[in-house]
Amino acid sequence: MRDLRSPLSRVKGLGSAKDGTHHFWHQRLTSLLLIPLVLWLGFSLAAMPVDHATLVDWVRQPLVTIALVLLIGTTFYHAKLGLQVVIEDYVASHSRRTFILLLSSFLCLLFGLVGVVAVLKIAFGA
Amino acid sequence: MAEFTLPANSVVKQGKLFKAPEGATNTRRFIIYRYDPDSGENPRTDTFEVDLDTCGPMVLDALLKIKAEMDSTLSLRRSCREGICGSCSMNIDGANTLACTQSIASIKGDIKVYPLPHQPVVKDLVSDLTNFYAQYASIEPWMKTDTATPPDRERLQSREDREKLDGLYECILCACCSTSCPSYWWNSDRYLGPAALLNAYRWIVDSRDEATGERLDDLEDPFKLYRCHTIMNCAKACPKGLNPAKAIAETKKLMVQRKM
Repeated sequence: MRDLRSPLSRVKGLGSAKDGTHHFWHQRLTSLLLIPLVLWLGFSLAAMPVDHATLVDWVRQPLVTIALVLLIGTTFYHAKLGLQVVIEDYVASHSRRTFILLLSSFLCLLFGLVGVVAVLKIAFGA
Repeated sequence: MAEFTLPANSVVKQGKLFKAPEGATNTRRFIIYRYDPDSGENPRTDTFEVDLDTCGPMVLDALLKIKAEMDSTLSLRRSCREGICGSCSMNIDGANTLACTQSIASIKGDIKVYPLPHQPVVKDLVSDLTNFYAQYASIEPWMKTDTATPPDRERLQSREDREKLDGLYECILCACCSTSCPSYWWNSDRYLGPAALLNAYRWIVDSRDEATGERLDDLEDPFKLYRCHTIMNCAKACPKGLNPAKAIAETKKLMVQRKM
């Protein structure tokens, strides 16, 4: 079927989604937040002897627990936002894009939850 | 997915060789993309040996010489031949630019000339910019006001406010920037592209315009605006030395600013 709509009508399409700034802003905020958090994690792990008991004790310190939960949450939220950009860029078919977007969001949420629950379990476990 | 391979009938084949006239000593080879939709044949690249001793200094001079003396079927757009009309934009030596301001001497080796990338080709070096022009029209590139025009004078603008339009108003809509942008290649059906967005910003920062908010509303969209990932090909390609990426970044800043 030939598309007899005018070029302007096609460009205007469904109009503005009135959205996108939130995503843009949060992507930048999370990347800024990740800089100190990742540096902190790297330096802390490097300065620690590698054995299970020390690590568990370290995770149980309240400030460390908070920082780890923050780091894991931020990482997977940032990953979700980043993957969304890649998918929107490269997946052209609307139905496939929607499906992959939902899948990637769900996986990021799942992995984030697994990480947070693991940290909390160590922190509050017997 | 984005298409990374070409359909079989669009594979570019080797075309004809047009030799330089006898006795020419200072020749350069121009390898030019040719496509004629009426012929039903695949696109091809023809090679033209151009005698530079009898040719002007710019790539456009050589193209017009080829059209006049070697193969009159070569199609291209051109008008002003001095970088102000934006008609002769094409891909020369791998970069989008204006044939009229691109000197032959600055290019090493054979000179490859193709139409603007990732646009439908009408014929040879003429690409179909319908979508590009519609995108420009969609940003409503004219002054919008509710206040009536003063009866006795123009709408005034301070010198400082006028300076904000420098680097924006010079755009000649040649499409070199938009067609060099990978984001535009993949999503030009929804992403407005650097040229339209630079012009949108030109009206957003115009102190005389009274529709700034509506203009920002219209752009606030994951595809229309936020497909720009500051790849910067646009700024690199612009033959007028403008920076659409900066205009887009400023637009994004305003979007965030009005939420705070």
